[in-house]
Parts: sequence; C-alpha cells; structure tokens
Amino acid sequence: MARAMMRGRPGGAVWPLLLVLAFTSAALAQALTFPALTGRVVDDAGILDAATRAALTQKLAALEEKTTDQLVVATVKSLQGTSVEDYGNRLFRAWKLGQAGKNNGVLLLVAPNERKVRIEVGYGLEGTLPDAVGKLIIENGIIPRFRANDFAGGITRGVDDVIQVLTGDAEEWKRRAAQRVENSAPVVAPLAVFLLVAAILLVIWMVANYHRPPLAANRQRWGRRRDRPDVWWVPTGGSGWSSGGSWDSGGFSGGGGFSGGGGDSGGGGASGSW
Amino acid sequence: MFRSVAVAPKILRLPFVALLLPLLVSGCGVNNIPTFQEQAKARWSDVQNQYQRRADLIPNLVETVRGYARQEREVLEAVTNARARATSIQVTPEMLNDPEAFKKFQEAQAQLSTALGRLLAVSERYPDLKSNQNFLALQAQLEGTENRIAVARRDYIEAVRVYNTELRTFPGVIWASTLYRSQKPMETFTVAEDVQRPPTVKF
Repeated sequence: MARAMMRGRPGGAVWPLLLVLAFTSAALAQALTFPALTGRVVDDAGILDAATRAALTQKLAALEEKTTDQLVVATVKSLQGTSVEDYGNRLFRAWKLGQAGKNNGVLLLVAPNERKVRIEVGYGLEGTLPDAVGKLIIENGIIPRFRANDFAGGITRGVDDVIQVLTGDAEEWKRRAAQRVENSAPVVAPLAVFLLVAAILLVIWMVANYHRPPLAANRQRWGRRRDRPDVWWVPTGGSGWSSGGSWDSGGFSGGGGFSGGGGDSGGGGASGSW
Repeated sequence: MFRSVAVAPKILRLPFVALLLPLLVSGCGVNNIPTFQEQAKARWSDVQNQYQRRADLIPNLVETVRGYARQEREVLEAVTNARARATSIQVTPEMLNDPEAFKKFQEAQAQLSTALGRLLAVSERYPDLKSNQNFLALQAQLEGTENRIAVARRDYIEAVRVYNTELRTFPGVIWASTLYRSQKPMETFTVAEDVQRPPTVKF
C-alpha cells in the first residue's frame, strides 16, 4: 500500500522531506544559546579578574564615546559544537553590535575550552579593520599570551590593538563620524506612505468618476467592473507594504545599561587557535 | 429626484470599499510572495558577491605561490582552471528556480574550493612562502572570504526557506495558485555543501 503510494507520486514524496530538512536545520540553528549581553565585557567562561574587566569596560566605553564603534569582549564556556566563525557571527547578530545603519561593531570572542579566538567585524568596519589586520592582531598580540595562559594579558592586548586600529588615524575616524548615517529606511517609509495615499486617492477618484454619469443601468455597471478587476489590485501590488521585513528592525538585547545598537555582520574578521 | 437621493449613499460607500479592500487584502499576505522573493534574490546577490570576491583574490594568490613553489605547476594550474570555470558560470536571480543551472554553479564553486584547499595544503611545504607577508595577508583575506561565503549562503538558505514555505502554506498557497502562478520554488544549497568548512590556515 505504502509502496503503491510512493510509486504513484514519486516527486510528491520529495518535497515534504525537503521541507522537514529545512525546518530541522533551522531548528538546529536556533538551538545555540548565547550568554546575555550584560555589559561590554561578558566573561561567561570566567577567565578574567574583576580589575581587568573594569579596565576593559572603561576602555571600550571610551572607544564608543569617541567613535561610536561598539567593541565587545566575550568569553564563552563552549562553542556548542559549531565553529568559532559560525558561533561568532551568530552571537554578533544576536547582540546586534554596532550602530544600526553604520554596522560598526566588533566582537572579540574567546573560547578557552576549544582554544579558539575570533575577531568578528561588522559590515561597516570591514574597511577599517580588514581580515588581514585582524589576523595579525590575533597571531601577534593575543595568541602568544594565551599560549602562556595569560588570558587577561592577551585579551587586553587584543583590545588595545583593535582600538588602536579603529582610532589610529584621527582624520579617518573624524571623517567616519561626520559621515551621514547610511540609513535609507526613514527616507523610504514616508515616500511609501505618500505613494500609497496617492494611489488610494487615485483609485477613489477613478471609481467616483467611473460611476457618476450613468445613474441608470445598475446591472451594467457591476457587469463592467467585473471585467476590469485590475483597478482593485493597483495600490496593494505597487506599494510593497507587508509585514515581511519587520523582524529585522531595531531590537535591543541585554541589560545593565548597555545594549547593541542594531548593527549587523556578514562574517568579516579573522580567527585563530592556540 | 427621490431616486438619486437613494443612490447617493451607495456611491459614497464605494470609496470606503476601495480604501478598505487593499488593507484587508494586504493583511492576508498578498504581498508576502513577491516580498520574500525579492529578499531571497537580494541574499543571492550577496552570495554571488562573496564568491566573486574570492575569485578576485585568486590570481594574486596564485602568483605569490608561484614565486616560491614554481614546481607545483599542476596544483597552480588546477586552481587557475577551476577559477576560470567558476567565474564563467553565473546564476542570475531569474535563474534561481532552475535546478540545472544552480547545480552547475554549486559544482563549479565546490571544485574551486577543493583546488584552493590543495593549493593551501601544498604551500605548507614552503617555509619561505609561509613567512611571506603578502602571502599571509592573502591567506587571511581568503579565510575571511570563505567565512563570508558561509554566512551569505546561510542567509540565502534561510531566505529561500521562508519564500518556499510561503508558497506552500496558508494563506500564501492561495496567492501562489492564483495571482503568482509563475512564481516557482527557489533552489537552495544542499546541506552537505553547507557543512563544508573553509580551509583552515596555520601560521
């Protein structure tokens, strides 16, 4: 019976299977858990002492004050079975580091148990902190100290190096700070509303004009309108309004007076192991 | 006279219907299919950009390695050829529901990944090359690009999942079978390819 069904529609059995696969892989992606963004230094693995944490936090706050760049240090107990690149990118996106529109976040991720370190760079800083520079910072500044079990020293040196790169050229960061935030959404939204209203008014006008003169023949009117249903679809089809894109806007996570600004990363940066 | 008074409210009602109907209809997700499709297409251009970025890095990398490891001609040629093949196969957003074209693209890029992996493995044997600053920078860039490819692919897979699901679930399935009959499910990367990790580089 079952075999007959399968023979009956060989293609039909494939799609549900693919869908199930897609859903399970999505479920796997969701299965990663991230520490809460409790501050600029999230020491989930517990490898930093309080003095280092405070010093780092101060440096990172000063950096954001100066350049609006958000640099966050995270140490995790486990990468939960995935690669440091994958975990770093997902954590970065979960925390939304960097300002929205500028995407100027940097995440220094340390996984002491897997002996992996990564500098994940937001879209907006890929030019300032290229992969090769990140790699140099990891290989020359961080890893030698980690090899000597000096986590505080390695992380501090890495943070110093990244800050130096981000603020190294005073003219450069002034230019970047003055740069208009490349956030197109607020410009587009009023335009879309205006177009929508204009389209609705146009339709009202058309409908009103269409029906005013022939006050007789009700039947014919309805009959004719059914021939041209296009009119009804114009405003919805053209406006591009839907709920589809709303999930990626804004969103704050964490607490303690610090949160990500809504930035995004596309996997830029470098990683290393020791 | 009386007649026209009786008709007036009906005419007045029409603008309201015209105003409400679009809102009601867009509430039913009539725009979801085109929206999700455009999102998936945008994610696809990200994927292609990152693959292009990788292709742009390769000539420089090949030249650098050639300077130190001239005798590895076979490996170098394999990379050059695989790159030529991979760049010759482009998949435009319109071709995303064509399984054949998608498969070809995926295979060509996978071949290039394999050839690159061999090149990096071979270069381990040349200490002078390994300490060349240019080579180190190129390696770091390549590693970063492979990771960007992985992220772009992941985002594309998710966007396609959303789009394909919308085509098959209520209420999207209604619009898919009426208004958007020409919209077909999009192709996506197979899981086995996605698991493939970027080549690891040791300094």
